[in-house]
Amino acid sequence: MIRKLAICSVAWAAMTGSPALAQEIAVKLGVLNDRSGIYADLSGEGSVVAARMAVEDFKAADKGMKVEIISADHQNKPDIGSNIARQWYDVDGVNAILDVPTSSVALAVADITTEKNGVLIDSGAGSTSLTREQCRPTTVHWTYDTAALATGTGAAMTKAGGKKWFFLTADYAFGHSLEENTIRVVENSGGEVVGKVNVPFPAQDFSSFLLQAQGSGADVIGLANAGGDTVNAIKQASEFGITQAGQKMAALLFFVTDVHALGAETAQGLSLTEAFYWDQNDDTRAWSKRFMDIHGAQPTMVQAGVYSGTMAYLAAVEAVGSADDGKAVVAKMKEMEFNDPLFGKVTVRGDGRAIHDMYLFEVKSPDQSEGEWDLYNQISSITGDEAFLPMLDECDFTKM
Amino acid sequence: MFELLGVPPQVLLGQLLLGLINGSFYAVLSLGLAVIFGLLNIINFAHGALYMAGAFAAWMLLHYLGIGYWPALILAPLIVGAFGIVLERTMLSRLYHLDHLYGLLLTFGLALIIQGLFRNYYGISGLPYQIPDLLSGGHNLGFMFLPNYRAWVVAASVLVCFGTWFMIEKTRLGAYLRAATENPILVGAFGVNVPLMIMLTYGFGVALAGFAGVLAAPIYSVNPTMGEQLIIVVFAVVVIGGMGSIMGAIVTGYMLGLIEGLTRVFYPEGSAVVIFVIMAIVLMIKPEGLFGRPA
Repeated sequence: MIRKLAICSVAWAAMTGSPALAQEIAVKLGVLNDRSGIYADLSGEGSVVAARMAVEDFKAADKGMKVEIISADHQNKPDIGSNIARQWYDVDGVNAILDVPTSSVALAVADITTEKNGVLIDSGAGSTSLTREQCRPTTVHWTYDTAALATGTGAAMTKAGGKKWFFLTADYAFGHSLEENTIRVVENSGGEVVGKVNVPFPAQDFSSFLLQAQGSGADVIGLANAGGDTVNAIKQASEFGITQAGQKMAALLFFVTDVHALGAETAQGLSLTEAFYWDQNDDTRAWSKRFMDIHGAQPTMVQAGVYSGTMAYLAAVEAVGSADDGKAVVAKMKEMEFNDPLFGKVTVRGDGRAIHDMYLFEVKSPDQSEGEWDLYNQISSITGDEAFLPMLDECDFTKM
Repeated sequence: MFELLGVPPQVLLGQLLLGLINGSFYAVLSLGLAVIFGLLNIINFAHGALYMAGAFAAWMLLHYLGIGYWPALILAPLIVGAFGIVLERTMLSRLYHLDHLYGLLLTFGLALIIQGLFRNYYGISGLPYQIPDLLSGGHNLGFMFLPNYRAWVVAASVLVCFGTWFMIEKTRLGAYLRAATENPILVGAFGVNVPLMIMLTYGFGVALAGFAGVLAAPIYSVNPTMGEQLIIVVFAVVVIGGMGSIMGAIVTGYMLGLIEGLTRVFYPEGSAVVIFVIMAIVLMIKPEGLFGRPA
């Protein structure tokens, strides 16, 4: 009898399993971004910090998950990015790659990710191709894309009376696609394009082009460029009295770190669209303060997106019970709804596009600004359905 | 109304003026390069990085010590010049007896290191630097709005360029310098301290780069790559003007600024390459450069 009881209890223990004996879910995340080039400030080490904060806040260890984070610099070169991604999946056993700014690198990594059945949670890249022409079942595009920025800034400014647009376009694929996206939105909102000029990339001096824009009689000067080019263009527009004379500047891809680089004095009045700003509500402020304490700068939307995307990914891995099958984890993410402290309500569409609100901001004037990072006034919010392009049927992986 | 290829003369005049302003930067930078090459035979690839360092020095003076634009206009070139002297003493001076290529490689490496250090500490986005109050605002010239600061840039650069040319070509000190380049041993035998003169010349050349950096800080983005983007163009300017020719560097600097300005009106896409096209043509027709003496 005693022996029978003993056997029973052993069997019972084996069936239910104690937590200590349960299989631990091992997850390895790779933050792949620009750590030394033009996108290093908006992604870079800050994105790694954000990913670590996500693992901490997810309380992965308490949930029986062992999460490890590694990082690398893709130098904005697709070949280097591809090599790292391959090595990560093949040798290092990485389950998911995070961030990946620079669209050309992101598109290359998206292909490798599908091939290796990993997961790409992209925060830094802007190309809409990630969830359209080159959509993949293992891609999630979290933070923004050029269409959302164009919709936010283009539509809002046209409706606010900026009917005539003049574009200064960086003369390469990215600039042209940003210009094209914005023109479509402007024309749909009842505006017109009175002129444009293709500016060689990169450029230091924009004065000639700005003067052409000034002479065109446009209401809005759309800057279809990024980084240092945009900074130079805005700095010089203010110098030539263009903003003071009433023409508005619309930065079509601009981050809070860029505005910080310009200073409120020069950037004041500039309109731009972002998915996140540190000073939006108590949650974003609290999180950003923690981030600032570690990183020494306020988070950009890209870094915040790495945090939210990582949280969502870990939740999906927990639900699936393993990180091995990338497709299954992404499919799970598409079934879930995330209530995120930074991005609010987020869902992931069948094509991998994360849908959340976007916000139109205007840069404060120096008298309104109470600190070096107190830079934006929120003008309006744009719902995710309005901001992002509609899904292409052939990209709806939930139906396949 | 008179129009040239569909461009009204007012617009053209405005663009020419802007070209002149850009030419001012080219002139000051290529002047420094020409002085260093003409007198030291060093192809100073660190020039762009030192131009950037000049802009950063101005920012640091303001940010850490509260020193404004005007003192920085003197102090920043002095700081950059002193740094250049250290470089010359500790490294460059060991290479004078070797081929040009070694100096080029050394200064190229130094440029990457300097740029990397700034990027590491100050990030890539750049730092804000305002136009000094005295020069903010501008005047409406009828055909364009000319910011006061840009007018100042042209004036300052003409002054500095002319001063340097005068010193090297028309004074006794300049004569020593030129003689020391021709035959350092003979000039040394006359009791002139040639190494000191060479050291100060290098210091002066890079101080010019620092000066251009301070001039640029209020209108261009102050970031670690600002020099990298400009240096190649400036080298082309020096090559077109004739390596080592002081007058050549100055005149070509302004002239190419004008040509680039015109290209921006008629064919903006080509404005980034027009200088290099001219360089290729000049090298084919007159390899020693427009103002160079045949070797």
